[in-house]
Amino acid sequence: MNLTADLMIASPELFVAIAAMFLLIFGVFQGNQSTRLVSWLGVGVMFIAAILVLAGPVGRVVAFNDLFVVDGFANFAKILLLLGAALTLILAVPFNAREGIPQFEYPVLILFAVLGMMMMVSANDLISLYLGIELQSLSLYVLAAIRRDAVRSTEAGLKYFVLGALSSGILLYGMTLVYGFAGSTGFDDLAAVFAESAGDGAPIGVIVGLVFIIAGLAFKVSAVPFHMWTPDVYEGAPTPITAFFAVAPKIAAMALFVRVMLEPFGDLFDQWQQVIWFISLASMILGSFAAINQTNIKRLMAYSSISNMGFVLVGLAAGNETGVQGVLLYLTIYLFMNVGTFACILAMRRQGRMVEDIDQLAGLSRTNPKMALALAIFMFSMAGIPPLAGFFGKLYVFLAAIEAELYTLAVIGLLTSVVGAFYYLRIVKLMYFDDPLDAFDQPVGREISTIVFGTSVVTALFAIIILVFPLLDSAANAAATLFAV
Amino acid sequence: MFTATIFLPLLGAIIAGFFGNRLGNRFAQLVSVLPMLASAVFSCVILFWVGFQGQSQTIHLFTWIDVGTLEISWALRFDTLTAVMVFVVTVVSAMVHVYSIGYMAQDPHIPRFMAYLSLFTFFMLALVTADNFVQMFFGWEGVGLCSYLLIGFWFQRPSANAAAIKAFIVNRIGDFGFMLGIFGVFYAFGSLDFDTVFDAVPGVAGQSFNFLGMNVDIVTTLCLLLFIGAMGKSAQIGLHTWLPDAMEGPTPVSALIHAATMVTAGVFMVVRLSPMYEFAPIALTVIVFVGASTAFFAATIGLTQWDIKRVIAYSTCSQLGYMFFAVGVGAYPAAIFHLMTHAFFKALLFLGSGSVIHGMHDEQDMRRMGGLFPKMKVTAALMWIGSLSLAGVPLFAGFYSKDIILESAFAAHTGMGLYAYWLGIAVALMTAFYSWRLLFLTFHGKTRADDQTFDEVHESPPVIIAPLLVLALGAIFSGWLAVEYFVGDQMKEFWGGSILMLNNVIEEAHHVPDWVVWLPTGMAAIGIAAAWVMYMAMPGLPKQLATAIRPVYRFVFRKWYFDELYDMIFVRPSFYLGHGLWKSGDGDVIDGVGPDGIAAATRNIAGRVGRMQSGYLYHYAFAMLIGIVGFATWFLFGFFQ
Repeated sequence: MNLTADLMIASPELFVAIAAMFLLIFGVFQGNQSTRLVSWLGVGVMFIAAILVLAGPVGRVVAFNDLFVVDGFANFAKILLLLGAALTLILAVPFNAREGIPQFEYPVLILFAVLGMMMMVSANDLISLYLGIELQSLSLYVLAAIRRDAVRSTEAGLKYFVLGALSSGILLYGMTLVYGFAGSTGFDDLAAVFAESAGDGAPIGVIVGLVFIIAGLAFKVSAVPFHMWTPDVYEGAPTPITAFFAVAPKIAAMALFVRVMLEPFGDLFDQWQQVIWFISLASMILGSFAAINQTNIKRLMAYSSISNMGFVLVGLAAGNETGVQGVLLYLTIYLFMNVGTFACILAMRRQGRMVEDIDQLAGLSRTNPKMALALAIFMFSMAGIPPLAGFFGKLYVFLAAIEAELYTLAVIGLLTSVVGAFYYLRIVKLMYFDDPLDAFDQPVGREISTIVFGTSVVTALFAIIILVFPLLDSAANAAATLFAV
Repeated sequence: MFTATIFLPLLGAIIAGFFGNRLGNRFAQLVSVLPMLASAVFSCVILFWVGFQGQSQTIHLFTWIDVGTLEISWALRFDTLTAVMVFVVTVVSAMVHVYSIGYMAQDPHIPRFMAYLSLFTFFMLALVTADNFVQMFFGWEGVGLCSYLLIGFWFQRPSANAAAIKAFIVNRIGDFGFMLGIFGVFYAFGSLDFDTVFDAVPGVAGQSFNFLGMNVDIVTTLCLLLFIGAMGKSAQIGLHTWLPDAMEGPTPVSALIHAATMVTAGVFMVVRLSPMYEFAPIALTVIVFVGASTAFFAATIGLTQWDIKRVIAYSTCSQLGYMFFAVGVGAYPAAIFHLMTHAFFKALLFLGSGSVIHGMHDEQDMRRMGGLFPKMKVTAALMWIGSLSLAGVPLFAGFYSKDIILESAFAAHTGMGLYAYWLGIAVALMTAFYSWRLLFLTFHGKTRADDQTFDEVHESPPVIIAPLLVLALGAIFSGWLAVEYFVGDQMKEFWGGSILMLNNVIEEAHHVPDWVVWLPTGMAAIGIAAAWVMYMAMPGLPKQLATAIRPVYRFVFRKWYFDELYDMIFVRPSFYLGHGLWKSGDGDVIDGVGPDGIAAATRNIAGRVGRMQSGYLYHYAFAMLIGIVGFATWFLFGFFQ
């Protein structure tokens, strides 16, 4: 393997890195009045990166001495996270202009975070994994605190940073343990080592190290009991940042989680399945119950994302191809539902100020029927009502769980989705059956209304979309690449 | 044409029901009356073809259910029995439809009423043309439904709703027996087709099956179960309580459903199943007993009632008893004969009383009537015709049919037959008495209405009177026109294979002693005379008599305390049981532990989880570390196992 070939394999990441640095310099010279231009350029960069991903190699290839891997699974996840990041960046453009977030660093930081995520999903070594996570996390810490003059924003950033540092430490500690007992950090080598010793079980050090790694990764997907930062950070961060947090890092971290569990530690499945099973169950239960009492819609979405990650982890706990296919499908659907919902939250402005109370949605069906309809679609979808998109996500992960004979998990998961339906449907009830309050500010802006429209159409017509587009097949192919090794 | 006769009323019902509100009252009336009239004309042709030219036929429409050995088709079976029933149903129904145009003119829900009437007619026709038990049950339940809807037609009245519910529930009890009978038929014969079952009955007769350790005769059991269904629908003693209350419905409904057609469905059913009943002599004996007892018991109540419609209702109940004991002694044609003549004169009486009520502005109590003859001469004359026919005065229709029934009962030469005959004679006396009591109280003597009401009394419009005239023709002539064919010399040719009679009781009925023949007529004369004495000549007498035999009078006036008894035995206990189950069973246990309990627990958990989110960084970090320690411990212990 020569350097040129390696560089070609990593071309999307390299392009994002160079473009981000170029935009940084451009911004420094142009000042804050260039924020809007830089934002749109950032969207363009992600668009081109997505094309490069699609144009990249088809089969599984490794580069840079097996530190970096590109396969169907990585490509699927990259497309998803690029889409999520680009859509939330578009949502941020009007918001930043209105709310006085002038920093041109905003889109640049998002690009760096995206770069970190792309490296995460392509990581083939514990060291490159850590590198990707840190690049992503550092960008996110800054983004959460980007409103330096707002107490809540800085508090969110600080909490995120401290807990994130703790989780990074835990992660690193786990890696050293694994390295110490297995003698390698490369995924392929680790897989080979564990395959050999599969019969007599892994050494205790590896097991403890694995627990620490799981904990570090569970923090990134905000799974119980490593979820505590989520509601506070979601509430404190500026709304477009929250939308970004809810989508792109979750996709990247979940993809990384799946790869780490199934590739290097795939032969230790019997050991880690119990932990994932518990994390998944706890996330679904806590996410559903805790959301009931929330009055702030951003906090509600935080708990919603916790329980959604619990559902995704059901697919991982199943540990089979159907499960991974379910994970990818769920993430795709989750992306559209969340971007759409957050776009609606961004439209909740009254007399120039953002409102975040759920009660403020009362009677929205009469003051803004289109937005109420879109939000109702998202809420019904999240509650898992067929034929909306959310139903199919749940369907596939639970199918995988049944296939893997995880009946308890499937039954309790379904019951928690009933509890979850309560607070999703309460929003619908507020919008359609309660007395209307004053109308929200009109117009909401072209960017927001376009995204709301697009995502709600995807969510509502998902049953048709999977008939027309080979989404199921491509998710299945992507899942298969993880098991082909 | 056979099919059209059945489905035209359904068509009318659908159009009037679904589009009547948009297209107006006049349209709804036309669209239900015209198909009904066409259907009535067709039925006359059918009766001629089938009854007199012997063109019995079965029209197969389509297969309905085909599961395993159970195959049920929709088929229209047209033999003489069906043709007679179709004729009676469509003619009376057509007259009632026309009558309703006038009677319901002021009602705000005309399309709904016309649609129900037509729908009822369709169900009734489906019942009588059924070719198997299930299709019959379809019609059976359908007429029950329409009866419920029409009794409760004036849904603003609580009493009407209560009566509708009562009719429905009491009928359910009978229907339960009917259903058990159908299940039993399928169990015993493996088929529900009439022909298949009838062919198999002689082979099964006398066999028994084991039920709870007892050996019971198959055919007798099935016949008794089916007869329970007939008792419910035809308001026989025990299950009769709904019929008087059903008078809460509009008068045309009482005439059509609760006098002429639906209530006779039980009689029709037993006659239709004569090939089964003929092999179940015990069941037939039970039927004679129930029928005769009902006839007597209902007639006594009819003596004392003051509501004009209730008198006729108990009279209906009593006449149905006649039909049943005719069936029970094996004189099926006599029962159907009386069914037909009764349909005419009873519908006439009901519609006539409706005309009176209409003229009196919704007054139904006979104590506030009297002396109406000069004001409504036509109605009064028509009521006289109906009563003459009902009392069995010679040459009127009721005379022929009632006589043959009583003669058959006598000719049966069984103990139960004589029981029926003597009760029947007593009933004939009472029938004549309460009929003329009704006539005298309503039309003759001095009026007891207040002046203003009496001044406003008027004859009903032609649209009400015209149907009465048609029915009056039936009440006068249907007897001597039909007697030859129904129960006379032409009987065998006329009925063809539609009725099975193992003995020839009707043949013997023509050769009973003369006193047996003339006794009913004499009784009718005595009854009329007695009514004249008590209500015209000496108006003070009834009161004295009632005081003299006060306990008996009260017993009869309170309808033998059936309602009170049922209320005590069934209604109250089930009410208490239901109330208890609702309050403590459902409310406290199921709701408390179930939905409410779970919801409360959910809120509780949500509150606790919310409090865990304290906002303090070190709490969060602590939770993470505890999580890791917990997982590592779990892992290690799992590892060492």
